[in-house]
Amino acid sequence: MTSISYNPALEPRDSYINIAYTVKSWLLTKDHKRIGILYLIAITGFFFIGGVFATIIRLDLMTPQGDLVSDDTYNKLFTLHGVVMVFFFLIPSIPATIGNFVLPMMLGARDLAFPRLNLLSWYIFMVGGTLSLIAAVTGGVDTGWTFYTPYSSVFSNTRVVLTAVGVFVTGFSSILTGLNFIITIHTMRAPGLTWRRLPLFIWAHYAASIIMLLGTPVVAVTILMVAAERIFKLGVFNPALGGDPVLFQHLFWFYSHPAVYIMILPAMGVINEIVTCFSRKNIFGYTFIAASSLAIAFISFLVWGHHMFVSTQSVYGGMIFSFLSFLVAVPSAIKVFNWTATLYKGSISFHTPMLYVFGFIGLFTLGGLTGLFLAALGLDVHVHDTYFIVAHFHYIMVGGVVMAYMGAIHFWWPKITGRMYTEWIARLAAVMIFLGFNLTFFPQFIVGYLGMPRRYHAYPPEFQVLNVMSTAGASILAVGYVIPLIYLTWSLWHGKIAGPNPWKATGLEWQTPSPPPTENFYETPVVTGPPYQYHLEEVPFGPSK
Amino acid sequence: MDQASRGSNRDLSRLEASQILAHQFDDLAQQKEASNLGTWAFLATELMFFGGALTAFVVYRTFYADAFAQASREHMSIPLGTINTAVLLCSSLTVAMGVHYASHGQQRKLIFMLLATIGLALAFLCIKATEYYIEYSHQLVPGLNFHYPPHHHAHPERLTASPPHVELFFCFYFFLTGLHALHMIVGVGIFSFITWKAWRGKYSEQYYNPVECSGLYWHFVDLVWIFLFPLLYLLH
Amino acid sequence: MNQFRLFPEQASTASHQTDALYIFLWSLTSFFTLLIFALIVYFAFKYRRTSSIAPQPVRTDMRLELLWTIIPLVISLFIFFWGAKVFFYVYHPPRDSLDVHVIGKQWMWKIQHPSGRREINELHVPVGQPVRLLLASQDVIHSFYVPAFRVKQDAVPGRYAVLWFQPDKIGEYHLFCAEYCGTQHSKMIGRVVVMDQQKYQDWLAGTPAEESPAVAGGKLFESLGCIKCHGEKAPTMAGLYGSRQRMIDGAIVEANEQYLRESILDSTARVVAGYAPIMPSFRGQITEEQLMEVIAYIKSLRDPATLRKSD
Repeated sequence: MTSISYNPALEPRDSYINIAYTVKSWLLTKDHKRIGILYLIAITGFFFIGGVFATIIRLDLMTPQGDLVSDDTYNKLFTLHGVVMVFFFLIPSIPATIGNFVLPMMLGARDLAFPRLNLLSWYIFMVGGTLSLIAAVTGGVDTGWTFYTPYSSVFSNTRVVLTAVGVFVTGFSSILTGLNFIITIHTMRAPGLTWRRLPLFIWAHYAASIIMLLGTPVVAVTILMVAAERIFKLGVFNPALGGDPVLFQHLFWFYSHPAVYIMILPAMGVINEIVTCFSRKNIFGYTFIAASSLAIAFISFLVWGHHMFVSTQSVYGGMIFSFLSFLVAVPSAIKVFNWTATLYKGSISFHTPMLYVFGFIGLFTLGGLTGLFLAALGLDVHVHDTYFIVAHFHYIMVGGVVMAYMGAIHFWWPKITGRMYTEWIARLAAVMIFLGFNLTFFPQFIVGYLGMPRRYHAYPPEFQVLNVMSTAGASILAVGYVIPLIYLTWSLWHGKIAGPNPWKATGLEWQTPSPPPTENFYETPVVTGPPYQYHLEEVPFGPSK
Repeated sequence: MDQASRGSNRDLSRLEASQILAHQFDDLAQQKEASNLGTWAFLATELMFFGGALTAFVVYRTFYADAFAQASREHMSIPLGTINTAVLLCSSLTVAMGVHYASHGQQRKLIFMLLATIGLALAFLCIKATEYYIEYSHQLVPGLNFHYPPHHHAHPERLTASPPHVELFFCFYFFLTGLHALHMIVGVGIFSFITWKAWRGKYSEQYYNPVECSGLYWHFVDLVWIFLFPLLYLLH
Repeated sequence: MNQFRLFPEQASTASHQTDALYIFLWSLTSFFTLLIFALIVYFAFKYRRTSSIAPQPVRTDMRLELLWTIIPLVISLFIFFWGAKVFFYVYHPPRDSLDVHVIGKQWMWKIQHPSGRREINELHVPVGQPVRLLLASQDVIHSFYVPAFRVKQDAVPGRYAVLWFQPDKIGEYHLFCAEYCGTQHSKMIGRVVVMDQQKYQDWLAGTPAEESPAVAGGKLFESLGCIKCHGEKAPTMAGLYGSRQRMIDGAIVEANEQYLRESILDSTARVVAGYAPIMPSFRGQITEEQLMEVIAYIKSLRDPATLRKSD
């Protein structure tokens, strides 16, 4: 796809990694790749912190009376699990790490448009994360990650303000990342890289960035009002003083529903890159996939009320939100069908990233379809706030986003580090994660329909069997997540040298050494055709017999 | 910008602009486009930020129309608000003129206009502070000393609205005008920095983009006030 | 109750409708999930890498794209209408329902029957009788949830919410709080007992006589001084409930429970045309329970032609 001449003799003697080794050179870097690594380290930390909370929650739920921790501790655990996983892992996961690293390279650019802003966004993220962790260790917070008023603003006597400020601050890192992506995509594309030639990863990030830019400030100002209400004893959302607690829910979900798409759109972007590469095929329905990303971003701003069907919202309001929620299902379906069609007449190999893609498509399909249950008004009345919805959003968030994130890490690892990981153990971990995930979350659909409400520390004994299955699955899942941490770290020193393009992929990011030099390319690439022209590339690894 | 034109003037720009061109950009035109577009995107974020709070205000304005109208009618000073609106509009004018002079390389006039803008912004903040002081002395500040109906009011018989609803009005009044004032203070900081840079001769006809972008920001802050003023002061 | 099951018990008229939709949706979900799964497995096997020659590109087929845009759209719309139909059923109580007052507080449900009988965390109802709950909350948001009836409604402080169901099977069922409400959220549980009519009457009779909410509300109406103005300087209460009134600003408002609540707490917010806004606010002067009693009293004075069974 490109006419850039790559000379293999040009070994990465001045790669972004070995150009300087000091701590200062990392902490003051303006290189998007190093900032991506900083994010990667930070969110890996947050992922395991959130994972520890989840582990304790699952262990506690093994018995109906919940005798491992106290009520208050349990409430703090699920709150912190949600806050950490949503705001400090899922939202930055793919965009801030992989997106930061490869997005400028896919565009043939030397860096993002605003490198200093990019570094600033990492510091803002760390400040927000630190504040929330301080809140966690100095007393915790027990409002649930949704901060519903008036519980959060009047009744809870935990560290709500500090956590809220942490989330508020972190929002700005998300805004700055989104802004940086949008401007970079608009102004810094390589010669010949027209909009219709953009990789779909870019389209997905473009759509997600729009949501970050337009949605995040609304939740920021809402959280600010909650903090003000607590500090000054105001009545903005307190019904005792004339405020309206349901208005808080409207403002909160106006961001927090689109936020789901901030997480899933980049994940969908990753799938396009991997599925084409490992089936050696052009993508099926390029225009439809790109357009569906934008459609999702647009409609996502109109469906927030489907979180509030039983919150005294008017029946007709509920109907409008339900209708719009069904519309958002269509572009997601289009994507799934197109990915499946891309496999048709391909030359498919089963490397680790591809296994994660298969996992993603399956789990996202189930997660998306169970979303229809929740969008259906009459049925939502029953399953709202039960384990059914817990299962649904974990299928999207963990089965979707985390699977794609793991796929992305494995796909671009050779580019990021210049090393290959051990393939067989990576495949083993991928299979474990898939099986463990399903065992953890599928029983929750059933226990949810049986009526077990979410955020319950103790539950009636007849739900125990399903909860024990869930906990068993979670332990497999936990091991599945720890294994990659080990072999990926090991590969940094002992992995095989990857070379510039081990997968023989077509993206611009592969047409430069691994790890790439600081300015990404020795020569500005010129793009002459559409993406995913796999029939022009040689097939790596040969037949997998 | 289309790809062809970027290619053709790349070398020319590089020669002229090695000092002010950041390494990630090919030429000044691209850099300028990026920072302009970036400013607009930032303003879109700001719009949603104020938009969220304004929506909440409008919802309560509809719920408690009478109480909000009474609070506005009886306790907001239209003369001070009008003066402030005029002051802010003047500052938008001086900023616009500053950008104009910057684009013509007229450094002295640029600096004069920037200083005038800072002066007007400070005047606005002083008037706003006076208003806050008056409201404080009338016991109208929620969270500090809110007491309703206040002890000193010329026509206590007109204050029939429910106190919590009036308090809600003042919550939003202080929240919205406070956020706006914070943006003004940030703006004063930005313009001080720009003035210092202009003083040191950093801007020229070719490169005055920071002046333009901070000007855009200032117009936005002005625009927010143009919404706040009628909503808080005039809508009875 | 310890056996493994996939469905909660079906004990209300709504539960059959909800389950039908649920089963339909699972069939649909299974179909599409298995379809995608089968296609992936089939393609992955059929087109596994067998040679080093790159396959030829496949052109996007517009007909296919349209097909899988339109089919999901049509299916979605179908589910939307089905879901909305069930929702309308669940949200429109019949006119002859039994009115029960429910107040949620951290961490219990306080329930009062029209006869005056009070319960905590337990609700006794007769089988086959539509029951309409008037829900309020004293502190934070709670949610009244009975899985066996497939109904749930948030109790939001500062306003009333309504929930109804018609139990059709005798038994004891779980009552949960479904909206997170603080430390003992998971202990804010109880049971709903569905009894046959005779047993229900016995149960009502088997307790020391208590004042019905309407009677208690009538006493409050006197002791709070409401009676001094209403009828002369203020609108009369007779026949008020359920009627449509013109406000000072010209709007027409139905005098329902929500409006009565607002008029007592924020008395000057919406005043009936022809009267001065002179009524003092009772915000903070009256508990949620007293408020419900006064409203029950006002409801008892409605036009006898529109009487419900509950009175």
